[in-house]
Amino acid sequence: MAQQLTAKEPTAEQIADQRIYTQFGVTDYEYELICGFLGRQPNYTEIGVFSVMWSEHCSYKNSKPILKKFPITGPRVLMGPGEGAGIVDIGDNQAVVFKIESHNHPSAVEPYQGAATGVGGIIRDIFSMGARPVALMNSLRFGRLENERVKYLFENVVSGIAGYGNCIGIPTVGGEVMFDESYEGNPLVNAMCVGLIDHDKIQRGVAKGVGNPVFYVGPATGRDGIHGATFASVELSEESEEKRTAVQVGDPFMEKLVMEATLELIDSGIVLGIQDMGAAGLTCSSAEMASKAGNGLELYLDEVPQRETGMTPYEMMLSESQERMLFVVEPQHEAQAKEIFERWGIICAKVGKVTDDGRLRLFHQGEQVADMPVTALVDECPVYDKPSQEPAYYSANAAIDTTAYPEVTDLTAALEKVLASPTVASKEWVYNQYDYMVRTSTAVEPGSDAAVVTINGTRKALAMTTDCNSRYVYLDPEVGGRIAVAEAARNIVCSGAEPLAITDNLNFGSPEKPDVFWQIEKSADGMSEACRVLDTPVIGGNVSLYNENAKGAIYPTPVIGMVGLVHDIDHITTQGFKNEGDVIILVGETKAEMGGSELQYVLQGVNEGRPPVIDLAVEKKMLGAVLSAIQGGLVASAHDLSEGGIATALAESCISGKLGAEVNVHTELRADHALFSESQSRILLSAKPEQAAALQALLAEQGVAHAAIGSVKGAALSISINGKSGILAPVQQLEKVWKDAIPCLMK
Amino acid sequence: MKFAVLVFPGSNCDIDCYKAVEEAIGQKVEYVWHTSTDLSGYDAILVPGGFSYGDYLRCGAISRFAPVMNEVKKAAEEGKFILGICNGFQILTEAGLLPGALIRNSGLKFRCHQTPLEVVNNGNPFTNQYAEGDIINIPIAHGEGNYYCDDATLAQLEANKQIIFRYAGDTNPNGSVSNIAGVSNERGNVVGMMPHPERAINQLFGSEDGKKMFTSILNAWREQHGAAVNS
Repeated sequence: MAQQLTAKEPTAEQIADQRIYTQFGVTDYEYELICGFLGRQPNYTEIGVFSVMWSEHCSYKNSKPILKKFPITGPRVLMGPGEGAGIVDIGDNQAVVFKIESHNHPSAVEPYQGAATGVGGIIRDIFSMGARPVALMNSLRFGRLENERVKYLFENVVSGIAGYGNCIGIPTVGGEVMFDESYEGNPLVNAMCVGLIDHDKIQRGVAKGVGNPVFYVGPATGRDGIHGATFASVELSEESEEKRTAVQVGDPFMEKLVMEATLELIDSGIVLGIQDMGAAGLTCSSAEMASKAGNGLELYLDEVPQRETGMTPYEMMLSESQERMLFVVEPQHEAQAKEIFERWGIICAKVGKVTDDGRLRLFHQGEQVADMPVTALVDECPVYDKPSQEPAYYSANAAIDTTAYPEVTDLTAALEKVLASPTVASKEWVYNQYDYMVRTSTAVEPGSDAAVVTINGTRKALAMTTDCNSRYVYLDPEVGGRIAVAEAARNIVCSGAEPLAITDNLNFGSPEKPDVFWQIEKSADGMSEACRVLDTPVIGGNVSLYNENAKGAIYPTPVIGMVGLVHDIDHITTQGFKNEGDVIILVGETKAEMGGSELQYVLQGVNEGRPPVIDLAVEKKMLGAVLSAIQGGLVASAHDLSEGGIATALAESCISGKLGAEVNVHTELRADHALFSESQSRILLSAKPEQAAALQALLAEQGVAHAAIGSVKGAALSISINGKSGILAPVQQLEKVWKDAIPCLMK
Repeated sequence: MKFAVLVFPGSNCDIDCYKAVEEAIGQKVEYVWHTSTDLSGYDAILVPGGFSYGDYLRCGAISRFAPVMNEVKKAAEEGKFILGICNGFQILTEAGLLPGALIRNSGLKFRCHQTPLEVVNNGNPFTNQYAEGDIINIPIAHGEGNYYCDDATLAQLEANKQIIFRYAGDTNPNGSVSNIAGVSNERGNVVGMMPHPERAINQLFGSEDGKKMFTSILNAWREQHGAAVNS
């Protein structure tokens, strides 16, 4: 594609006459606006720069009205959305920096590099703030594993994440993987990075100080990734395969060096502004840095290190070559900055200057080749209020009674089916390929409700999770949005941490479709409400639209990345049962809610009806009570109830703890409903017998529904319903079913 | 006693090695850059894990040419204690300080998990605090940890008691010849191993079975210097 485009650049007149701008996703209306801002027709370089800056990926032109809904402030929030990543205070002059970002379209056509560079990009967002990255997570969605292409995508996405994270030496500590037909051909790859920083080291991407030099660091610029941001903002199609050149190639070794050198540079205290070159490369970083400072910028493109000969200004500005950064220092600090990068063997080139005229001017071979107002690039992209319409499926689902399926007679077989469902099954096959231990601070490894990473030199730790049950969001976006946030908070609390804030990755289909836009709006409403009630503001995130394929839009998937603070490492709690004889307590109420459930999916092969309801006030009270019980030392294990209900949660706690359980559930519900319902705001706890009474008293005092349902015992999971045997299986057998499912499918 | 932790471009377990020395035995430890040409001030040298030079060309193949490696060779000749972990093991084999080679895992995938190891030889500066036959839990994290050597070398390793650790029972995670997880040079002062003892210092992070490797080194050093530890 790059070669074709550079063979002969069209003139400004040709761009206008032949409407060439439409190939870059610029509409006629937007083209007219651009001409207005320039006072003339844009040349090829300029229309290229505008098109990426005005793409959905960079401008959020379709999602801005949605993003306004989110609560973004709070007493602990040091930096909200707008910079590379959000920052939250965790006391002692320390703060946690985190963000999630998607690399869906690149991963669909080139899974290894697509996923790898997704990881690389999010790491740069964190260290460009001045923070030391301490953990990675990822949230992945694929089609069904029976499909060969899906297997290929799954295998290579996981490899790509491993290849990048392992090499750079940041542990990949957790995440989630879900499988559903709706992601066939359009997988989701969302990567999250968490970093630590001292308050006084926080950096911003601003081009401060007129006359100051602008430096480029990192490997030379090539022709890879040209128009990546535009590619990310259109639907995938048959032709997408040809856009492999829009996918970048990652070099984690280079990023490791750039990261160490950059952190050293920031530590020296001389940096005025710094930003990574992510989507839209040099274009976006330079324009945004100038915009945030209210300044202009001149770039001398002959000084940009180039990997290939004959590169045009268009190519240099639009390349998304990886592992590059842009920073500004005062002229007297130039030598000091260069020395640091030289020692790490990294190119550091002076490529520009901060100006006071508010323009982005590009020079090449002695000529000015582009001249654009910075504000037009960054702030003046039109914002669209897309039409929204409730889809027909939503009202049709209201009539479906999901409790009317024939009663399941063999409950043990049903449990095994759920445990073998790839969405529920052990993800060991995935996370054993990730180095989740490097930096020796991973206190809770992948596979529990949330991962926990300790903070060196303190008794504090960070808990982190990613969550989104997109089946619920599809069935009812508003309720599903609430549940996504609530489930994340539940996972954080189960690990012994106080939920702090979230980063979100809004993965949806095309916003041009009114029913998709309705899903976006409604789910954002639900998420916003949950964030407000649970005091977890949104400190940043990413929007990925146009996730469609021949069969239609993906399930609406607003992934929540939540971070919590463990106040003392003694509070760290995991899901596995701990001791024979411990009392098992179910917190929360179980109703017959089978819509969107895993049991419905594995037995009926459908996703229909209404999802479980959620009362956020009940959730908040329950979370507060469980957290204080954990902090009070009353809890031996804690596990969130999610896909597969109480039966699955019990099985997982048994498998993780290598212990059995004897449980009797008193209920008025049908046995299969009682065991597999996915009612919300429920947690499975276990406690030492001598502490069970105190735990129950605490829950009762706080008005939280709960029941002692059995004890940790033997080597089998035995569940009775009103005294009648329902499920009975050796834990080893359940473990085998649960652990073998994905490896078997991948053979 | 004073430890050096070597830092190559792309090392990423350097910090963990440094922390392990401090936490396990509280001895002095310093980072030493790959360009250094003097290791005379150190009693033990740790070659850490990671992806030095991105593992490009072949794991450890570029690092062996780093200036500091000449000093590592000298230190080995002087009888100083040298421990290569993971990528450090690969570098030491590439540099010819240890026999054999590390090739791609037989399963062709990177693997990270706790692994039971059998202490095969405890008559060594690195293992003297273990009992022979001890099964210890130490994590692995590698894609190219499949130890290979020819039959003659294997016979020699066995005859000279140069096999220090084996993957216990049927747990061989990577296809290594004779389940080998760690070997020494003939003299016994240079050891390389794929598992990461520096990650097994604190039960909070999964295991503390690696601690004794560090107390072993300290103990051996004190014996050499006529100040045996009273344990």
